[in-house]
Amino acid sequence: MTRITTDTVEQVADLSKLILSDEELAGFQEQLDKIIGYFEVLNSLDTTGVEPLAHPLDLRNVFRQDTVEDSAPREDALANAPDKTDEAYKVPVVIESS
Amino acid sequence: MPELIELSAGDLHRKLMAGDVTARQIVERYLDRIEQIDGRVGAFNTVTAEAALDKAADIDDRLDKGEAVGPLAGVPIALKDNLCTRGVPTTCSSRILEHFVPPYDATVVERLQRADAVLIGKTNLDEFAMGSTTEASAFATTANPWDLSRVPGGSSGGSAAAVAAGLAPLALGSDTGGSIRQPAAFCGVTGLKPTYGRVSRYGLIAYASSLDQIGTFSRDPRDAALLLEVIAGHDPRDSTSAQEPVPDYSAELEKDVAGVKVGLPREYLAEGIAPDVEAAVRAAADTCRGLGAEVIDISLPHTEYAVATYYIIGTAEASSNLARFDGIHYGRRAAGKMDVDELYSRSRSEGLGDEVKRRIMLGTFALSAGYYDAYYLKALKVRRLIKKDFDDALAGVDCILAPVAPTVAYKQGEMIDDPLALYLADIYTSATNLAGLPAIAFNAGTGEGGLPVGVQLMGRPFEESGLLRLAHAFREATDHHLARPNLTED
Repeated sequence: MTRITTDTVEQVADLSKLILSDEELAGFQEQLDKIIGYFEVLNSLDTTGVEPLAHPLDLRNVFRQDTVEDSAPREDALANAPDKTDEAYKVPVVIESS
Repeated sequence: MPELIELSAGDLHRKLMAGDVTARQIVERYLDRIEQIDGRVGAFNTVTAEAALDKAADIDDRLDKGEAVGPLAGVPIALKDNLCTRGVPTTCSSRILEHFVPPYDATVVERLQRADAVLIGKTNLDEFAMGSTTEASAFATTANPWDLSRVPGGSSGGSAAAVAAGLAPLALGSDTGGSIRQPAAFCGVTGLKPTYGRVSRYGLIAYASSLDQIGTFSRDPRDAALLLEVIAGHDPRDSTSAQEPVPDYSAELEKDVAGVKVGLPREYLAEGIAPDVEAAVRAAADTCRGLGAEVIDISLPHTEYAVATYYIIGTAEASSNLARFDGIHYGRRAAGKMDVDELYSRSRSEGLGDEVKRRIMLGTFALSAGYYDAYYLKALKVRRLIKKDFDDALAGVDCILAPVAPTVAYKQGEMIDDPLALYLADIYTSATNLAGLPAIAFNAGTGEGGLPVGVQLMGRPFEESGLLRLAHAFREATDHHLARPNLTED
C-alpha cells in the first residue's frame, strides 16, 4: 500500500502551487494517507483489457467556421484584474534586465 | 388570493398572465420573505433586489402594452453562486473569488433572462462546489430549513434551502457527484440532474468537467420540467453540450406510467443505509407498484467502487481546472513584493479553503508521474465498468429507484472533520455522474427527527421525460410534498 508521507505531501503541494504551514502539512498528510489508502479498493478489481473511459458521452470533434466575431472588450477583460495598466495585466518582473 | 409563497412557478406565471397579480407584487413578496427568513437560513450570498424589481417593472410594463413575455415571466429564481452573472458577484463561496464580477452571463442565465425569469440572488455552496454540507463555504453556513441545527446538504445547499424555505420557487444548482440530489433530499425538494451535455456548462465555473452538470431545484417535478425546457439545448459555446432535440417536458409529464419497469438495485439497499432511508425507498417502490409500474430487483455490481473512482477522477479534473486561479487575471492576489512563482502560490494558499486544497492535492497526486497509471488510469477503467453496469441494467428496466444519501441531514459540525466519511456518503449519487445519466431526487417521506427523506430515479441518457413523469405520478399519489418546514416570519 502506498504510504503518503509528509515528503509526498510537500511534493504534491509544490506541484499544486500551494504553501502549507507545518500544522497544515501534518493534517493533510494524515487525511491524504487515509483517503488515498481508501482509493486502493480499486486494486481488488481486475481491469485487464478494459478500455479507459474519460468521458460519459460518445464525443466527436466539433468543428466550426473560423469566422471573426467580437471578443470581450479589453476593459471588461481587465475589470477583475488585481493589478493592471490601461491595457495589460501587471505581474512581478519575470526577466531581470541586465 | 392564495399566498404567493405557496404557489408553484407554473401557477405564479399563470396568475401573472391572467392579470391576478403583477410581477412586482410577486418579487416584492419574495424579497420581503428573504428579508424575514434568510437571516436564520443563510441561503443567499447576494440578493439582487434592485435588479429583480427592475426586471419585474419591465415585465409588467410589457404586459400592460400587450407585448409578449417569456415562459417564466414573473417567476423568481435563485442561482448557485458558481454560475456567472454579468455585473453580479460570482464567488463560488471562495475567498479567491470574493470580489469577482463576471463580464458575461452563463448560457443558462441568458436563457433565463430571455424566458423573463426574475433573478433574485446567488446562493451559498461548498467552496467551488466541493463538499456535501455547504459548511465548506468560505463565508457562511447555511442551515437546513427543517431543523436549523442541521446542514442543508451540498454542495448546492443554498439553492436547496432557498426553495425549501420558500425564498424562491425555483433555483439552479450543479451536480458533479450528487450536489443537486443530496441537498434536494436533505431539504425535501425536487432536484433534477440532467444527462451530461443536456444543459450547456458555459459560464459554470468548472469543478470536474466530465462530471459537472447544471440542474434544477423546485417544489415539484412539474416545475422542474418547466425550468428544464428553458435551460436545456445545444450551445455552440459548450462543445460537450448535446445536439439532441429538447422535448416538451411539461406535456410528457402527463403520460401514463402503467407498465413502466423500475429497477431496484440490491447494492444500494445493502449495508450502510439507515433504516428510515431504506424504509422510504421500499415504500416508494410500493407506490410505484400501485401506479402500475413493475418493480424488478437488479444488480449494479461495481457500486462499491464508485466513490473511489469518482474522487480520483473528480479531483484530477479539479486540480487542472483550478490551476487558473493564480492571482493574475482575476481574483485575490497576495500582497507584497515577490517573484511570480511565489505570487501564484501565496495567492492560492491565502485564497483557497482546506477542502479545495485537499482535492487539488489529491488530484495532483493521482495525475503525477509514478502514480498516474495506478490511480487515474485505473479509475478511468473502473469508470467504464460502472457505466456498463448501468447500460446493462437499463436495457432491462426503464429507470432505477434508489436512495440518495445513506441518512437524513447531518447535524452541523458532525461530519466536517472527517473528509473520508463525507466522501463515502456519496455512494448512491456519484456513479450517476460517472455514467453521465439523468436522475431526479424528490421527497419520499419523513425520517429520523421529522426530517425529509429523499429517493431518486435514474434513467437512460436524455430520457429525463420518463423520470419527470414517474416522479410527478408519485407526487400525485402521495402527500409528502404537503409537508413544510416550520419557519414563521418575524
